[in-house]
This record gives sequence, C-alpha cells and structure tokens, in this order.
Amino acid sequence: MTDVTPLARSTTPAEFAAPEAVLTLTGMTVAYAAAPAIEDVTARFAKGAMTAIIGPNGAGKSTLLKATLGLLPTVSGKVEAFGLPLARALPRIAYVPQRASVDWDFPARVLDVVLMGLYRQTGALGRIGKAETARATECLSRVGMEAFADRQIGALSGGQQQRVFLARALAQGADLYLLDEPFAGVDAATESAIITVLKSLRDEGRSIIAVHHDLATVPAYFDRVLLLNRRLVAEGTVATTFRQALVAQTYGAALPGTIPA
Amino acid sequence: MDGSEFVPLTLPPMVIALLAALSCAGPGNFLILRRQAMLGDAMSHVVLPGIVAAFLLSGSASPPILLAGALAAAALSAALIEAIRRLGGTDPGAAMGITFTAMFAAGVLMLELSGAASVHLDVEHALYGNLEGLIWLDATGWASLLDIAALGGLPPELPALALVAGLILATLRIFHRPLAIATFDEGFATSLGIPTRLLSAGLVALTALAAVAAFSAVGSILTIAMLICPPATARLLTDDLGRQIRLSLGLAALAAVAGTVAAGYLPLFLGLSFTVSASGMIATVSGLGLALAATLSPRRHGHGQRG
Ligand SMILES: Nc1ncnc2c1ncn2[C@@H]1O[C@H](COP(=O)(O)OP(=O)(O)OP(=O)(O)O)[C@@H](O)[C@H]1O
Ligand SMILES: [Mg+2]
Repeated sequence: MTDVTPLARSTTPAEFAAPEAVLTLTGMTVAYAAAPAIEDVTARFAKGAMTAIIGPNGAGKSTLLKATLGLLPTVSGKVEAFGLPLARALPRIAYVPQRASVDWDFPARVLDVVLMGLYRQTGALGRIGKAETARATECLSRVGMEAFADRQIGALSGGQQQRVFLARALAQGADLYLLDEPFAGVDAATESAIITVLKSLRDEGRSIIAVHHDLATVPAYFDRVLLLNRRLVAEGTVATTFRQALVAQTYGAALPGTIPA
Repeated sequence: MDGSEFVPLTLPPMVIALLAALSCAGPGNFLILRRQAMLGDAMSHVVLPGIVAAFLLSGSASPPILLAGALAAAALSAALIEAIRRLGGTDPGAAMGITFTAMFAAGVLMLELSGAASVHLDVEHALYGNLEGLIWLDATGWASLLDIAALGGLPPELPALALVAGLILATLRIFHRPLAIATFDEGFATSLGIPTRLLSAGLVALTALAAVAAFSAVGSILTIAMLICPPATARLLTDDLGRQIRLSLGLAALAAVAGTVAAGYLPLFLGLSFTVSASGMIATVSGLGLALAATLSPRRHGHGQRG
C-alpha cells in the first residue's frame, strides 16, 4: 500500500500525512459464486477528503461499496466508520447507488424520491409534513432540480435522475457519502453541477467516496485515489498514488499518457 | 330492493367476494411493482395442497385450520423455490413454475384420492371457488342485518375474511413507507436500516394470506385475477403510488360487486335459463377493466409483469 510520504506536496488538509480515517475496511473478502469478487481488501479512507475508487470493469468497485454498507454478505472482513461498528455508523452514511440499479418506471414523483432520504428522521410511520417537504425542496434546489419536484421520475433524463439521487443523499444529512459512478452517462453541465455539490460537502468537512471511471478528471475532482482490481493495488493522495505505473498495474495494460509517470 | 331473496342469497357472496378482492388487491400492488406477479400465481396454487392436507389431518373444514394449512404450504413452497434456485441454479421464475405446478398437482391428487372430495371440498370448488354456495339461510330480509341471532348463522368464511382483509390492509398501511422505499431501491433501503428481507418475506406472507382469502371465494385459478388485475389497471391510470393503491382497492370492490350482481341477475334479465359462475364473472369484469385501461390510458407503455 502506497501511503502519503512527508515529501508529498500538501496543499489541502486532505493531503497531510497520516490522515484521520473516516472509514476502515479490514480483510474484506466478498464472493458471489466460488471466486471472490474482492479479496482481502484492507483500506483506510481519509476523513474530510474526496476519494476516487478506480479500477477496470468487474474490478469489484460496486461490490466493495455494497459490502461496506452491509448490502452483501461478506466471506470475511470488518467495517468501521467514525470509529464505530457499521451498524451504529450507518445513520451517518448516505449511499447513492448506480443509477441503472432501480426501476425508473416506479410510480413516484421527483419529490417523493428525495423524501425517501428523510426516512431516518421521519421513521417508518412518520407523516410527511411541511417541514419535510421544505427540506426536500431545498435539497432539490441544491442540485438545480427544484423545477422538477412534481415531475414523474420516469420522465427524467439520465443526468436529471443522477441529480435526484444526489438530492436524496443530501436530504439524509450524512457525514460520509458513498457514490457509485455518479458521473456515468451525464453531460458536462450535470457533471460540473454534481462535482460542485460534492466539493461543497467536502468543504463542510464531510467525506466523499466515489467510484469513478474517467481517469482524465481524477486530479481535478479528487484528493485521494484507491486503486482496486479484485485486490487493493494502492491507496493515497492523487499526487503520490495516481501514477502511470500503479494505474497501469491496476488496469493490467498501458494507458493513454495523461497520467503522471 | 326486496331483501328477502337478495340478503340471504346474493349479499353474503357479494360481501365475501368484496373482502377477498380487497385482500388481494393490496399486496398485488407491490407484486406488480416488484415484477413478482408470478409469485401471486404461485401462492394461489400452493394454497390448494395446504388446504387439503389441513382438512385431511384435522378432519375439520373450519377457516382458521384451513388457513393455517395454506400458510404452511406457502412457507414450504417459498423454501422449495429458494432451494431449487440455489441448488439447481435455475432462475426464480423457473423455480416458481416447477414448485407451484408440482404442489398444485399434489393437491389435486390428494383431493381425488382421499375422501375429501365427497365430504366438503371438491376439485371444482377448489378450482373455481364456491361463491354461490356461501349463503345465509337465517336471513329473512334487510332486518336480519340487525338481528344478532340471525347474524350468528352467517357463513363462517365471512367473518374470517373480514379479519384477513382488515389485517392485510392495516399491515400495508402501517408499513407503506418502508415497503415503498424497499420496492423502489432495495440497496438504498437497506442502507437506511430498513429490513428489506423481512419486508419481502412479509409481502410473501400477505400474498399467501390473500390467496387463501380469495381461494374460498373465487378458487385458486381465478385468484390471480384478483391479485393482479386491479393493481395493474390502477397502475395504468396513475403515476402516484398512494393513489394507485387506493384506486386498485376501488376497482377491486367494483369488480367484486358488479361481478356477483351480474352473475346473479344478468342471465335472468336476458331471459336465459342457465346461470353464470360468479367468480368467473368477477374475473371477467376485472379483465375487461384492465383491457379498457390498457386501451385508453395515455401511459400504456410497458408495465409488463415480467415473471
Ligand atoms: N449479483 C452478482 N452475482 C454474481 N456475480 C456478480 C454479481 N455482481 C457482480 N458480480 C461479479 O463480481 C465482479 C465485480 O463486480 P462489480 O459490479 O463489483 O464490478 P465493478 O468494478 O463495479 O464494475 P463496473 O465498472 O463494470 O461497474 C464481476 O466479475 C461481476 O461479474
Ligand atoms: Mg460498478
């Protein structure tokens, strides 16, 4: 595991040496069938930073997020967040699944989906009142979607669906955000709207972990990277870890020359 | 209307059909959204061996005992489906198909081979229901509805179904929000601490309960019409889950009432000498409603029930 060295360029708090961990995975192994999808992954995610999880298709990135949240049974491994066992930390974690993982034909309006993010506050039996609606609307306006509150979710574009998912996560008021490919299939305007929101969350001291595919934007968007291909390849700041040799090792192939050697 | 014939002969089947239809339409809403219409079909079929086995073992045909047998069969089938899926590596639809046809066949066999057929249950009733047989002989007219002694002679299916319908609708009302979230986005729901597996199992249990409820009214073959038609129709007419559920309950009630009335009076009215099965009429009305909605709805794009 490559970690931050004292020589590393440190311009943002996230890049100081030995950052405090918001999330710690220890010896995580997850298998769907016989062969494990991720194997013995031990990693620390820095608090108050934006970390990209990078790796080829099928590397186990989505699996890692799901297992972290306890959505998948693990063969072995331990998850700790905020120094607490997962079950107790879960209320402070927001999860944004891959957009394609849900049925957008479900009978709901945009506002209904955002209100789902308030479930922990209202509880199973809680009524949705004015305060909840106002909070959900505020989250929608943060992602530039307030005009769509009453729109049927099936009538949204892919980028708009992604913004709705982000608004739902905002409504949770979490301290740690786990996002699975938030930029998949969105246009440049939506991408910059989403990154602006994520950076503002980071600047409020919250932690962001996102599966990310576009290697070209890694240095601009993220503080840290975690390179994964079934096993952990490396984790550290963008400056020290997002390097040609390590990324090539992760993808098992040489890559376009945009990555520092 | 003259109550002396309507109250003893038509009202009880109508109310029973109504309660069964409401019991089914509730969980049916979530089945269609989860693409699990097939599960409703499976449950409506496995109810038969459960009921027959309960009857044979206990020698009693009282609703609570039959209900227990049906629920046991539903639980067994759920376990079998899971086992076939895991061990055989088949997809859930195929596992359900194998399980419910085999169990249904076992039920029919048990019926035929045992004495049950002659005593209280017979194959035809199991398949098509026995609505017309559920009459209230103690009733003499509308006044009987206020007569405690006469009310005691109501078909036992009626209070049992009222209880089941109340239980199902109250449960759905209470767990509406977590169930809706888990249906839309299971992973997200789990991350909210919603026990999604428990809810799925609960939905299977409610579906089984509804299937049992409908069994005595419309029989196992037409139960699927009560589970799926009203919610599927409602789904075509609205994009709001709460409204969809309320609408499906209204449509279910309408089909039950219109179906029993039509079966009772339509042939007479048309001067025909034969009678029409009430359960068949209810299923027909439900199906017509769905066809009408599918033709006229502005949003008729694919809400198919894939398995
Ligand atoms: N539900 C499942 N059942 C069986 N195998 C699965 C399942 N989900 C994922 N896998 C397998 O586990 C491995 C990791 O999958 P995962 O979805 O975590 O990859 P990923 O890194 O998110 O890929 P992508 O970049 O394509 O999203 C893959 O080989 C995949 O085929
Ligand atoms: Mg993925």
